[in-house]
Amino acid sequence: MNKLELSSLYQLTMVRFRLVLREPEAIFWIFIFPILLAIGLGIAFRNRPADVLPVGATTQQLTAALAADKGLNAAEMDEVTGVHALATGRILLLAVARPGGVEYRYDDTNPDARNARLLADRAIQTAAGRRDAVATQNGLVHEVGSRYIDFVVPGLLGMNLMGSAMWGLGFSIVEGRQKKLLKRMVASPMPKWQYLMAFLLSRLAMLVIEVVVFLSFARIAFGVPFRGPLWQLAVFCVLTSLAFSALGLLVASRAKTMEAVSGLMNLVMLPMWILSGVFFSASRFPNVIQPFVQALPLTAAIDALRGNMLQGTELAQMAAQMAILLAWFAVPFVVALKIFRWR
Amino acid sequence: MVDSISSMEKLASTTASRGGPPLRIRGLKKAFADVQAVDGLDLEVFPGECFGLLGPNGAGKTTTIEICEGLTEPDEGVVELLGLRWETGAKELRQRIGIQLQETQFPDKLTVEEALRLFRSFYRQGISVEESIRTAQLEEKRKARIGGLSGGQKQRLAMATALVGDPELLFLDEPTTGLDPQARRHLWDLVDGLKRAGRTIILTTHYMDEAERLCDRVAIMDHGKVIALGTPQQLIASIGGEDIVEFAVCAAKEKTTAGPSTRPPYGGLAQDDNQECVPTTVNVEQLIEIDGVQSHRVDAGLHQLSVSELHMAVPRIFAALERQGLHLSEFRTHSATLEDVFVRLTGRNLRDE
Repeated sequence: MNKLELSSLYQLTMVRFRLVLREPEAIFWIFIFPILLAIGLGIAFRNRPADVLPVGATTQQLTAALAADKGLNAAEMDEVTGVHALATGRILLLAVARPGGVEYRYDDTNPDARNARLLADRAIQTAAGRRDAVATQNGLVHEVGSRYIDFVVPGLLGMNLMGSAMWGLGFSIVEGRQKKLLKRMVASPMPKWQYLMAFLLSRLAMLVIEVVVFLSFARIAFGVPFRGPLWQLAVFCVLTSLAFSALGLLVASRAKTMEAVSGLMNLVMLPMWILSGVFFSASRFPNVIQPFVQALPLTAAIDALRGNMLQGTELAQMAAQMAILLAWFAVPFVVALKIFRWR
Repeated sequence: MVDSISSMEKLASTTASRGGPPLRIRGLKKAFADVQAVDGLDLEVFPGECFGLLGPNGAGKTTTIEICEGLTEPDEGVVELLGLRWETGAKELRQRIGIQLQETQFPDKLTVEEALRLFRSFYRQGISVEESIRTAQLEEKRKARIGGLSGGQKQRLAMATALVGDPELLFLDEPTTGLDPQARRHLWDLVDGLKRAGRTIILTTHYMDEAERLCDRVAIMDHGKVIALGTPQQLIASIGGEDIVEFAVCAAKEKTTAGPSTRPPYGGLAQDDNQECVPTTVNVEQLIEIDGVQSHRVDAGLHQLSVSELHMAVPRIFAALERQGLHLSEFRTHSATLEDVFVRLTGRNLRDE
């Protein structure tokens, strides 16, 4: 046997690595699931050409005026048919010719209907001879990085790092405790810290595969930008993974059954799924709870990942997020080591 | 208590050299909630012997062995292994002892070789992985996943993980519990081999045949205490007779009805189809007075006599029962075993627990 084979830390890490790779379900959750999710979201939120809004009008003259606007698709109909079409959602707005003017019938709580109202009014007024007081022109911007998919990919990455670290550690530790394997391990001369460290190291090895697979897919399929330095992105991924590994260790440090540890995991992760801005910006939550939201490790992780990928923000400008992640690594790890139940 | 501990410590420190006995326990106590699992235990194990802790489930064997293995903290008492204590020499001790625990489940998806390579890496020195596989006779299963091993093979793997560090002292906690008879014999052969190699082994078991077969000395435990200690032969001799006679009797009685003849449940010696067998009592004094009969007890209608010089005693027992007008419905003899020792000492059967 060579030197490496005799190193217990190497052996422990390799064992963890092998056990994960030999678990088909784990492969699905770690590698396939995030890609499926990205595909799903990519399809749902793909960028479509600006919508053409369906509207109706009661006279031929009004219909022609409306049809002149490229944003509107106008059809002529009598008032009864129009009201019915409005009620069933086939048109967003009905322009009714009244003596001395035009009445717009629409639902003002529907944003599309309000848009239709603005476009229709502009078209009818223009047709009637209104001229713009100020000359304007449109410069259209379809920038990569401002699409929803660009926003959601770093969120998914953060969420995936959290999930795989927490589940990966939590379940295997509780399983080892249930099967008395932990007890057998501490009955040997194995240094205890190495057992826990092996989890973190094998996690980092998995991380490389996991992150590269996911981000390559996002890049190739959706052209998601990487504006910041890649090594800094790697630093954030490692920090995020360490923080959640430590948290997973803490959650699993006393639990004796799978049920108990699953419950604890969900309790810890659920608030972050909702609050940390995976699918929409965390800033949408009220100011009162913002300090709490910002202190969550997933918020810090996703902020940092978005900052790096979308804005190209430098490491130094995200010191706050780094500090939060480091704290979430150090404190749970130390506490977990203290209270860990080996049998 | 304080005095006795400090004097014991003095005693211990005089011999607490590297060459101290493999295991020395003084005044060991451990309670869990309201159960006194170990209640004042003294033991000493000599180099090169196979020492057995025998007792029913719940006697405190596992608690005792886990305290010795440094996995459980005792409430009171002194434990010394190889002249070292857990409080001060844990690191060193872990390197020098080998442990097989009850019911350890190694990861199913790991192979035998991988598991042993892992355990080997924890020890500064030891035997090679190859050698441990050979010792445990798992050569054919080297590349097999642990999940696919039989119970006996898993147990041999557990034994191999205890051996890779080439331990001076080996702990085996109920190594054959739950194994089929063939796998048990296989494991016994393995332990035999380790004994021949001169290893000191401490094992717990609740099978007396296992203790008799494997152990040089046995401590019989009950309710957290050692109730007997010695070689299996000494212990068996201590109950006074080398053989056990077991019999059941009934009083002969003329049949009152002319129904179809019923055979008694057992092929008794003095049975007559015209007689009915009814349970009855035996005059025990007359039996005890017989030369060679050492003691008597009844267990579920079965009389047990502890007997020396079986060939002389049996005809006299027959004669005595005949005189009492009793008929035998069952009669057998066997050499006394550790089970009989336990029964004699506690009035209970080991396997009842």
